[in-house]
Amino acid sequence: MKHVNEYRDEDLAQSYLKQIKELTTQPWNIMEVCGGQTHSLVKNGIIDLLPDEVNMIHGPGCPVCVTPIHIIDKAIHLAEEKNVILCSYGDMLRVPGASKSLLDSKADNADIRILYSPLEAVQIAQKNPDREVVFFAVGFETTAPANAMSVVQAHQLGVKNYSILTSHVLVPPAIEAVMDDEESNINAFLAAGHVCTIMGTSEYGPIVDKYKIPIVVTGFEPVDLLQGIYMTVKQLEEGRSELENQYSRVVKTDGNQNAIKIIKEVFNVDNRVWRGIGNIPKSGYEVNEKYASYDANVKFDVSIADTPENEDCIAGDVLKGIKKPQECSQFGKKCKPEFPLGAPMVSSEGACAAYYHFHLAMDRVAQ
Amino acid sequence: MQLSCPMPKLDFDKITLGHGGGGSLTNKLLESGVFDLLSNPHLDQHHDGAILELKGQVAFSTDSFVVSPIFFPGGDIGELAVNGTVNDLAMCGAKPQYLSLSFIIEEGLLMTEFWQVLVSIKNACEKANVQVVTGDTKVVERGKGDQLFINTTGIGQILPSANISMQRVNEGDIIIVSDVIASHGIAIMSIREGLEFESDIKSDTRPLNGIIESLISEFEDGIHLLKDPTRGGLASVLNEVARDTRFGVYLEEKSLPIDEQVKGACEILGLDPLYVANEGIFITVVNSDIAESVVEHLRKNSNTKNAAIIGEVVQDHPTQVVIKSKIGGRRVVNMIVGEQLPRIC
Repeated sequence: MKHVNEYRDEDLAQSYLKQIKELTTQPWNIMEVCGGQTHSLVKNGIIDLLPDEVNMIHGPGCPVCVTPIHIIDKAIHLAEEKNVILCSYGDMLRVPGASKSLLDSKADNADIRILYSPLEAVQIAQKNPDREVVFFAVGFETTAPANAMSVVQAHQLGVKNYSILTSHVLVPPAIEAVMDDEESNINAFLAAGHVCTIMGTSEYGPIVDKYKIPIVVTGFEPVDLLQGIYMTVKQLEEGRSELENQYSRVVKTDGNQNAIKIIKEVFNVDNRVWRGIGNIPKSGYEVNEKYASYDANVKFDVSIADTPENEDCIAGDVLKGIKKPQECSQFGKKCKPEFPLGAPMVSSEGACAAYYHFHLAMDRVAQ
Repeated sequence: MQLSCPMPKLDFDKITLGHGGGGSLTNKLLESGVFDLLSNPHLDQHHDGAILELKGQVAFSTDSFVVSPIFFPGGDIGELAVNGTVNDLAMCGAKPQYLSLSFIIEEGLLMTEFWQVLVSIKNACEKANVQVVTGDTKVVERGKGDQLFINTTGIGQILPSANISMQRVNEGDIIIVSDVIASHGIAIMSIREGLEFESDIKSDTRPLNGIIESLISEFEDGIHLLKDPTRGGLASVLNEVARDTRFGVYLEEKSLPIDEQVKGACEILGLDPLYVANEGIFITVVNSDIAESVVEHLRKNSNTKNAAIIGEVVQDHPTQVVIKSKIGGRRVVNMIVGEQLPRIC
């Protein structure tokens, strides 16, 4: 496959690894923000190939992991009590709510459907005019344009039985929240390539200036990640803090203007609660007033109290990069992908699941 | 294919609850060509069961088929039901001979569709050289099934020079896969409602007994183990090998044969091809000194032309499957938890 195979090339990867080793003179903590990057680092065995001094810290960029429990409970409530056809991306289904997951609810006969695109949900709404259809609009900036597009499309088609339940979060405020946390000890960030494909890179310049930290916009294939890490270590070793773009074959400074336009058409930036982390100001999207009739929160007046996390779960510390998954007392014991205590053990992009699947077992192998 | 087996003229076009009632409607359904289509001396007896002559060691296997939709690129549920059990028997080192065939039909199934499945079953039996010798038909209310479920059970005599079992797997043995992986699962995904995408990807469903027979006759007890990685994919059978033998399984990602289109579809859908279902490939664990010859032998057959050595059985990491990634990193390949769910981004 062109544009994929060359970024999985062993010789190129080994050459970057060699250069990283030659450059590194002291320990560095580098946070990859995006769960997709965590998944790729672990799946390709990159963490074990890096020199010990280069410590990759896994960030909060797993949208499934940071969706608050009460929003999952609301989705379940809509599907079970309001006869709604609830459509969702597949990742979301196994995430535990207060008492059950959407997958449990599906088994209990709720009409829950896994989709790849919210535009399919609009079609489902057209085919089922006597039912309400809700799309569970979860994600970072990456999924926001498609979710916004579904609202605009429903509006244009006159589809009134469609709405979205949003849990949209934004990367730049999350980076600031991590940097503002007294316990965190991050020297540099790999910013998420896909998010920047939509939004561009200009939002990150002020963060670089404010915190004097290098940020390198990075892709997801092994060679992308290694090149991104190389560029980051080079900045750190040379005492620079700049915004650089490793993923320039996809990411442009101004991003995708059409996508940004449709996001602005449908969403407002608002405060948001992140599961495991808490409230982060101006860190998410909500449906604006113009499209309020497509906002499931407005359409269905359901108030559900938030439930505290399982007290054994340290997901918040894991998401902020303060602790590694295996530092949790329940990791691989009470908490496993089959019976997750917290969300990062569910999604393939959650740090705990990635470590459980690919890394914990490697530790056992090493023993 | 259908032209050679035209559907008989019937006074019903849909299967109803009455067709499973055991009375005259059931007879009408069966006699409307089902018996003719699958005719052989055992089935023609119309007995409650088949009386068979078998000698020596016999392999016995059963499988149920619930694939949705029932027609898919490269095959249908009927062909799958024959090949599935034929292949399970072949993996035991047996020559598949006789099958039972049970239908659970949801009322409302079009007779034309049922006929198409029956013709597929007939053709698949001929291709695999097996006979349907007994069977059953039940019809359930609408909503209690999903068009058509099929169970097949089969028996076959163990080939004289076969000696296939987990106990024969040893350190240093080589693991070979017979052809490209993940085609069946992706072919089904490509036509699932809500996921449709255009591709030429076809299911790999096919009988493997012919190639297995030739492999065993050529290499005899040098073939230690045979397994077909159906549901759960390659990762699941290799984990079973590691778990049951207490050895480690070591794989090289770059050696895994996979069609470029299938690989692309897996990337887009966020699926790991190691966990995607197959219906027409097998893995074999063989003595290291014959591994190259086995691959050469397989590559001469059109159904196994992409055969490749993918790994070996090792002392290290007992009970674990470890894969070396394309860039040289290592990771553990676990059993899948539930179903693969597509990623958000």
